[in-house]
Amino acid sequence: MRALTWHGTHDVRVEDVPDPEIINPRDAVIKITSTAICGSDLHLYDGVIPGVRPGDVLGHEFMGEVVETGTESTLRKGQRVVVPFTISCGKCFHCEVQQYSACENSNPADKQDMSATLYGHPMSALFGYSHLTGGYSGGQAEYVRVPFSDVGPIVVPDHLDDDQVLFLSDILPTGWMGAENAEIGPDDTVAVWGCGPVGLFAIQSAIVMGAARVIAIDHHPHRLELAKQLGADVIDFTKTDVREALMEMSGGIGVDAVIDAVGMEAHGFAVDNMIDMVKQKVGMGADRASALKQAILAVRPGGRVSIPGVYGGMTDKFPLGALMEKGLQVKTGQTHVQRYTKDLLEKIEDGTIDTTFLISHRLPLEEAARGYKCFHDEQDSWTKVVLKPEMKEAA
Amino acid sequence: MKKAGNVFDRLPGRTELDREGLRDMARGRGRKAAAEGRKAIGRGKRALAGRHAETAGSRARENAPGIAGAMTGLALLAGSVAFGAFLARRHKGGKDDAPGFTRKQGDNDHAVGGRTVTIRRPAADLYSFWRDFQNLPHFMENVEDVRPHGDHEAWVVKAPGGQTVELHTRVSEEIENRRISWESVEHSDIWTRGHVEFSDAPGERGTRVSLRIEYAPPGGAIGKGIAKLFLREPDVQARHDLKRFKMLMEAGEVATSAHTKQAAKNVAHQQETA
Repeated sequence: MRALTWHGTHDVRVEDVPDPEIINPRDAVIKITSTAICGSDLHLYDGVIPGVRPGDVLGHEFMGEVVETGTESTLRKGQRVVVPFTISCGKCFHCEVQQYSACENSNPADKQDMSATLYGHPMSALFGYSHLTGGYSGGQAEYVRVPFSDVGPIVVPDHLDDDQVLFLSDILPTGWMGAENAEIGPDDTVAVWGCGPVGLFAIQSAIVMGAARVIAIDHHPHRLELAKQLGADVIDFTKTDVREALMEMSGGIGVDAVIDAVGMEAHGFAVDNMIDMVKQKVGMGADRASALKQAILAVRPGGRVSIPGVYGGMTDKFPLGALMEKGLQVKTGQTHVQRYTKDLLEKIEDGTIDTTFLISHRLPLEEAARGYKCFHDEQDSWTKVVLKPEMKEAA
Repeated sequence: MKKAGNVFDRLPGRTELDREGLRDMARGRGRKAAAEGRKAIGRGKRALAGRHAETAGSRARENAPGIAGAMTGLALLAGSVAFGAFLARRHKGGKDDAPGFTRKQGDNDHAVGGRTVTIRRPAADLYSFWRDFQNLPHFMENVEDVRPHGDHEAWVVKAPGGQTVELHTRVSEEIENRRISWESVEHSDIWTRGHVEFSDAPGERGTRVSLRIEYAPPGGAIGKGIAKLFLREPDVQARHDLKRFKMLMEAGEVATSAHTKQAAKNVAHQQETA
């Protein structure tokens, strides 16, 4: 089959790889109909996530048709399913308490040591996202093997097309959990850093949850325009002093909750961010956390800090004092996708949430490398790329 | 994977005296020296100047007739280290409530690996699966087969290059649903003993399963293989095996990220020959 494979920093290729097969009883094989490039794939593309090996098939946002099932799978051939990017067994303690992204049984035993050394505990498995998280082949391909297929995939009705439901795989639940972790109340002002896909869905979720005001921060005009269309007020951080603006816009109190939807490769021209950028480039692995640092200073005392943005290592000059002295609450983590898919599918069906506005480009799988390059280089206009293996020409 | 020489650094209570004494055993006295325990440790101080096993190896390369000796030394190193440290360390007691093998200073009861996992299944289920020893190869990656052999069990354990070795063990203690202990019988290829304990976790969390293993291998090529498989990273082995046991008991299958059946076989093969 054809698949998008990683070969190094800024080097991804579509090439032939072996077709996936059923290996364990709970497996299914899915024929991909739509698969997206995620902002977090750009961290792999930039080579800042450790444990990616040449030839690895990327992609963790995908959906398709069930073509093969193991003896213990509850799926049936021909069903249309969206697959969560987190691989979860559904049986361990963490799955039982719905902390699916902390599943203890999905990352193969011999792959757990790397992340256990880094983080004190092993990570659970994700599709197409380095060998730290299992080294599972991803979904930017014609077919994919889906373990624990009785727990993860959600069957979607035929009257909803791929573009309406594809983002249940990651970014919609991730944006939703980002807003949920901000514990938004009806009179709250919430600030969201980053108007990429997760930031935009966090904005949309915060509004659905009843926030009085959502303020979106970015510097790409088109992305700020999308945030505005969703109902947010916007700040362009290249033109405005963000902290001063947020203080004024919240009546001198500070915003009640902040959401960092940027992560480890934040833009920013403060000296410490430039130093972090150099360190990241030479492999010293410091995460560039300038958005998070700014968010911590901007949130009111006793406020909430939600971090859906991806971080992988250490960061320097973290404002720990502000965190403690202001009595902040921090919530973060890989998304517990399986916890949200059913409710969010209902919200898509009843029209509360629309996700299709985000898609700027639809490409054949064969053009995936171009998709990465443009999504990376032209962030303003390339807001979301969906790859379609059966498509012949870009639309 | 760390080099064999690093075994020293992971050992409990690593004083210079012990390091040198253990290296003495590793350099060719093997099992006999190991059996002599503390005496050997004392002699080692006089016997050796080299700080690292790698250094011994590189000197041997300059001196051709020394190669075989040095290699044998390296081969025996890990095993003798483990057993020697076991003799040197046992029965010293502890000061807090943590398991002895987690102590930073060298007052450990166990020189070799130990690990605990919590599994969401009743103790009786886990005990009965484990007690049927023929189930063990389902989650122990280096164990090919366990079968009854007269009054004890014979284990066929994978060794590098497609070889296998046989361990012979008998159950030394058994408390239903709680504990299984075993130790090697006289003619076993390697000396080993261990136990697995099952205790109730708080509330609905299932069962805590603790595995302790100790090994001391013989010399020769097979001993080298055993050292490589078990002794260089006994803690890693115990950890991986227990995680696979947990996967099998909770999820009903052992997780693999292999993409094809052939790749799944290759993974197993790589682990075999690593």
